[in-house]
Amino acid sequence: MGGGDRVPQGGGPGGGPGRPGGLRGAIPFRRDQLRALGLVAPLLIFVGVTFIAPLATMLTRSVHDPVVADALPETLALLRDWDGDGLPAEAVYETAARELERLGEERTIGQVAGRVNRVQGGLRSVFTRTVRELADAAPDPAVAAETPWRDALAGIDPAWADPMTWHAVRTTGERFTSRHYLNAVDRERLPDGTIARQPEERRIYLRLFWRTLLVSGTITVLCLLLGYPIAHLIARAPPRRAALLLVLVLVPFWTSLLVRTTSWIVLLQTQGVINDLLVAIGLVSDDGRLAMVYNMTGTIIAMTHVLLPFMVLPLYSVMRGIPPQYMSAAASLGATPVQAFLRVYWPQSLPGVGAGALLVFILSIGFYITPALVGGSDGQLISNMIAYHMQTSLNWGLAGALGGILLVGVLALYLVYDRLVGVERMGLS
Amino acid sequence: MAAQHPDARPSPAPAVGTARAVAPRMGRFAYFAFCAAVFVFLVAPILVIIPLSFNAEPYFTFTEGMLRFDPDAYSLRWYREIIENEAWTGSLVNSLVIGVSATALATVLGTLAALGLASPGVPARRVIMGILISPMVTPVIISAAGMFFFYSNLGLGQTHLGIILAHATLGVPFVVVTVTATLAAFDRNLTRAAASLGAGPWTTFRRVQLPLIAPGVISGALFAFAVSFDEVVVVLFMGGVEQRTIPRQMWSGIREQISPAILAVATFLIVFAALLLVVVAWLRRRAPG
Repeated sequence: MGGGDRVPQGGGPGGGPGRPGGLRGAIPFRRDQLRALGLVAPLLIFVGVTFIAPLATMLTRSVHDPVVADALPETLALLRDWDGDGLPAEAVYETAARELERLGEERTIGQVAGRVNRVQGGLRSVFTRTVRELADAAPDPAVAAETPWRDALAGIDPAWADPMTWHAVRTTGERFTSRHYLNAVDRERLPDGTIARQPEERRIYLRLFWRTLLVSGTITVLCLLLGYPIAHLIARAPPRRAALLLVLVLVPFWTSLLVRTTSWIVLLQTQGVINDLLVAIGLVSDDGRLAMVYNMTGTIIAMTHVLLPFMVLPLYSVMRGIPPQYMSAAASLGATPVQAFLRVYWPQSLPGVGAGALLVFILSIGFYITPALVGGSDGQLISNMIAYHMQTSLNWGLAGALGGILLVGVLALYLVYDRLVGVERMGLS
Repeated sequence: MAAQHPDARPSPAPAVGTARAVAPRMGRFAYFAFCAAVFVFLVAPILVIIPLSFNAEPYFTFTEGMLRFDPDAYSLRWYREIIENEAWTGSLVNSLVIGVSATALATVLGTLAALGLASPGVPARRVIMGILISPMVTPVIISAAGMFFFYSNLGLGQTHLGIILAHATLGVPFVVVTVTATLAAFDRNLTRAAASLGAGPWTTFRRVQLPLIAPGVISGALFAFAVSFDEVVVVLFMGGVEQRTIPRQMWSGIREQISPAILAVATFLIVFAALLLVVVAWLRRRAPG
């Protein structure tokens, strides 16, 4: 700080004329800096509160879940001594029965049951039924038994005599947990503490991550194939025509995403414009109409359309800077058009290819709206799964974990993009 | 990939044999045909909505009457429907209220921050810029999910204020980016000249700097407004019935009972987008540098 090179030359508005040279450097520097920070601070605070803090709370949820820990504190404390083999001690059963009864009175059993159920399917009903029937099933003190509470709970549901139930309670009782992240990569922690893959039918998230990457890659390649020629055409066109052609790229760019998605539904549906056209010219028969929407095909077509401008604009701005004389020079030196393109033009257009491809890829792995509307059941991406866990299954911890993984991936790609292009120059201008 | 290369100059290699002369011409033809097809792919899906919105029948395709240009096959019934339907008019009001407030907030805060970031002495400029731009680079589903929890805890769930704050945040990066770009072309000697002529910082800003960066500020504001006007995910997560915006209304229209009234709304939004495009293009030409 305070190095001479950072001192604004001549002083900012704060540095009045005629001050002695020695002071002149120091004072306006500090005042300038304060003024600049004062201008930035309101927005920085605003974004911190309205955006960074919300993100942080969501990510916290993915590792922090106190509901079960707060609901069954004594049971969990006793379970700490349980070796994990066999059944827990009678004291655990007695305490659990007492705490479950309280949850029933407070009507908070649903939250606990739901969480335990995610670790061990079927436990939701075990918990709610146990709470309901506990009052009538309490052991009779007159009857001597070695484990009266264990017998009473197991009498309500045999699941209480299964160590896996207690394992589920102990797992969900961890205040800070890695299970949502393990779940998000199709792993689980076994009772003995080792990490293993989920059973076959529960492995869905890794496949979905791969599908999202694959679909995004496909869309990126399609955008490049479609966008490269037209960016080249616009870059070489005379100014007036170039401006007109650019408008054709910018109109979709500015048109509402929902409008563009609606258009594709209208065009692609079985009774839609494209199928009608294909039937009219006899390419497909009337009952052989193509299913092009509400599936993966619909997602890919609509997303390619939505993202194509993000490919064309960076390509165009790079290609505009490639002098056309280079191609003539290559031709005059005997290169065929193909050779000239591959060895002269393509290498010079690579910065645009990199910027456009990276941008399209980043945008598509986080896409939500278009797949949700035109994707049907097999055209959904990872964002749609996050929305599902947010709104339908209400497994917010898992939604947070999936979101956390997606966010890290996207931010890493943006860092690459920033190195290559600069986030500030994002296809906007 | 030969098709991608138009050998625009006919001069260098006059035909040696006919086969050689035909190949480039075919290549050129294929290249232009391909480009034309891509432009059709870009624009046709948007344009096709417009005539369909005048369909007299509740279909999403061209009826025979429409193809014969029979005037009876066209009607304004879907436009009448959206104008008379309070769900649509109410959502327009909501969209405008939320859009304008969010834009005002984002523009004021964003412009101030861009001015601060452009001055020479800012520490950690890259980090600050990264934070301010983060709402633009974060997938919207993640932003919406996080905001849902946080704003509900603050009692801002299902309120206009909550959505205005959220949309302002999403619009901020666009203001910062456009104003920063304009300021990069701004000649700092002008502020120095103003200062040397005795103008204070505020006068300098108002009389010298602001008029010159105004086109950038306005296009940033238009970007921010466009973001809010088209935003549906945050509204889905945070908004209640009272906060239904046009995109939210379209969303349920598409998911639940798709009616051609949506095409009339879409046509209105297309016209609106075209207007925005014209204004931004005009502003860009006026911007310095």
